[in-house]
Amino acid sequence: MGAFTAAAASAGGNPLWYATRSFGLVALALLTASVLLGVLTSQRIATPKWPRFASQALHRNVSLLALAVVGVHVLTTLMDTYVRITWWAAVVPFTSAYRTGYVALGTIAFDLLLVVTATSLARTLTGHRWWRLVHWSAYAAWPLALGHYLGTGTDARTSWGLLFALACLGAVSVAVLIRLAIERREGPVRVWGGGR
Amino acid sequence: MRLRVNPIACAAHGLCAELFPEWIQLDEWGYPIVDDEPIPPHLQVHARRAVAQCPTLALVAEKA
Amino acid sequence: MTTPARAPSATQTLRLLCGFAKTRQPASWSEHLAEHGPLPSGRRRRGGDPRLLELVDKSGLTGRGGAGFPTGRKLRTVAGSGRAAVVVANGMEGEPAAQKDALLLAVAPHLVLDGIELAARAVDANHAYVAVHRGSPASAVLRAAVAVRPEPPMPVTIAELPAHYVASEESALVHWLNGGAAKPTFVPPRPFERGVGGRATLVNNVETLAHLALIARHGSEWFRQVGDVGEPGTMLVTICGAVRHPGVVEVATGTAVGEVLRLAGGASAALQAVLVGGYFGTWMDAELALSLPLTQAGLRAVGGALGAGILIALPDSACGIAETAHVLGYLAGQSANQCGPCVNGLPAIAGALTDLARGSWSPARRGDLDRWLGLVPGRGACRHPDGAVRLAVSALQVFAADVHRHEASRPCAGALVPPALPVGAPVSGSWR
Repeated sequence: MGAFTAAAASAGGNPLWYATRSFGLVALALLTASVLLGVLTSQRIATPKWPRFASQALHRNVSLLALAVVGVHVLTTLMDTYVRITWWAAVVPFTSAYRTGYVALGTIAFDLLLVVTATSLARTLTGHRWWRLVHWSAYAAWPLALGHYLGTGTDARTSWGLLFALACLGAVSVAVLIRLAIERREGPVRVWGGGR
Repeated sequence: MRLRVNPIACAAHGLCAELFPEWIQLDEWGYPIVDDEPIPPHLQVHARRAVAQCPTLALVAEKA
Repeated sequence: MTTPARAPSATQTLRLLCGFAKTRQPASWSEHLAEHGPLPSGRRRRGGDPRLLELVDKSGLTGRGGAGFPTGRKLRTVAGSGRAAVVVANGMEGEPAAQKDALLLAVAPHLVLDGIELAARAVDANHAYVAVHRGSPASAVLRAAVAVRPEPPMPVTIAELPAHYVASEESALVHWLNGGAAKPTFVPPRPFERGVGGRATLVNNVETLAHLALIARHGSEWFRQVGDVGEPGTMLVTICGAVRHPGVVEVATGTAVGEVLRLAGGASAALQAVLVGGYFGTWMDAELALSLPLTQAGLRAVGGALGAGILIALPDSACGIAETAHVLGYLAGQSANQCGPCVNGLPAIAGALTDLARGSWSPARRGDLDRWLGLVPGRGACRHPDGAVRLAVSALQVFAADVHRHEASRPCAGALVPPALPVGAPVSGSWR
């Protein structure tokens, strides 16, 4: 990679820097969608035309896509020489010299995402209880990712970038509120009144 | 291959009946009624998918 | 649970209760030894005690807790697990009407403890438990008995479990002993495969173990001298309802139901039906029931079940539908609330039966009821819903004439009096 001056980079001359930013944005959008679909799945929100397995399959595929996009985002960040971030900073939090705290948020979110994905793929092996326990941390990964974007994201300082963050936050807040509102108590579903 | 439900784990999500209606129906409370018969080879792929997709892993595939 | 104090009559076959019949007191250690003699000596060995296993096989002893499974086969399975096993004596007796285990533990605790020691020897167990209801008189009696006995080859722990109806189910016992709730678990693995601490676990009713204590002393031939050929020996039977002297009797297996009722002083009123096997059993028309032999096979042949040896006599004046609705309501409330078909199905069935008893009925209701009765069995982790449905189905058959009358919205007078069948006070609170 050639030597880019700081001025050239901030002016947007470096394609890697663009890639990092855009993949970061897309990743946040996909993670938001994944959380929404996850809530939809867990709360059995379905219609005859939108069966439950559709939400679940979409949740799974969107999540895998999100992980892939996050992966590219991490990769382009590491390859970019403007900000020097060592490869281990991608997985070990608080080891980045550059914006230590905000990069760490992204790192932790990335780690959680890896664990959540791994346990989901190996769900039939690890058993339901473990999977469920680990899967709760997906709710932690999302705000971390948002914090990472607000803290380090170049575009978060523009008005559209802020609007984008707010839209994501609103969507997830509504989803979580829905989940809390209709979260069932322990035990089997009890249908009152019996019979159809 | 046969299918069994762990009724304690089952939380009536009903995905199994969507994915494998040939073998699984839901009762009026949303809980699966699973056919006891062995599943013919050409349908086993659907059975496996239903097992893997169950949100609470309550559907169990048993050999023979 | 009170200890029935009725005098055992001369026509009982007293083996388990003979000490009590003489002294009218719970057997002390010395009285126990005087009556039965010392426990044949022996020690634990790897893979169990082949002599004992063979003895039990030959005796033909079957489980007295309800299922009637051959005890010898069960012992062999556990003994063959390849490592030290665990023995659990089940004295939980969940049925409100049942009193036989409570009586046995009250009057012959040493016989049960002997049986536990022998079973542990037979299957090579290094720990034994006696499971009883928390706060029941049996736990104090057992503790006192353990204290005066010579040190057993393996520790015997008195385990006090919450008195929920389904807590007496064997997987529930094991789950509780493993630190969980006293609720049934999904099987397999069954306790004999993987039980307490992950080890093969023998769960036997306390009466079964008491018989084992006698078989070890007197031999299998002696054991087979009385009772049915296929299911030999004696059995404890709880009799309640419309009889003059409700309580527990010990009779040879295969004794006719009518004979057992006579031992309880005979019917105190004209009988219309007998509930054979308790709340896991079936209603039988009185005329048919009186001639039936008390064996698993004999009752199964007519669609019945021996259960844990409970007979409830229903007088003509009572309404079988109303009584059954009442019991179903109780059983619905005793669900462990784990499985959807049980949690939803039993209250629905109980509700329909209650409506039928009251005469608020429609043909559509009958359709619902029949559908639910077909929908629920076999779909729970344990047999609780199956037993409740069997009881309801037998009621609809045996009281068919009443059903007809009720369906025409003319409830009988019996539906208006308070129910006669005992149901326990609802056990609320902890499952630990």
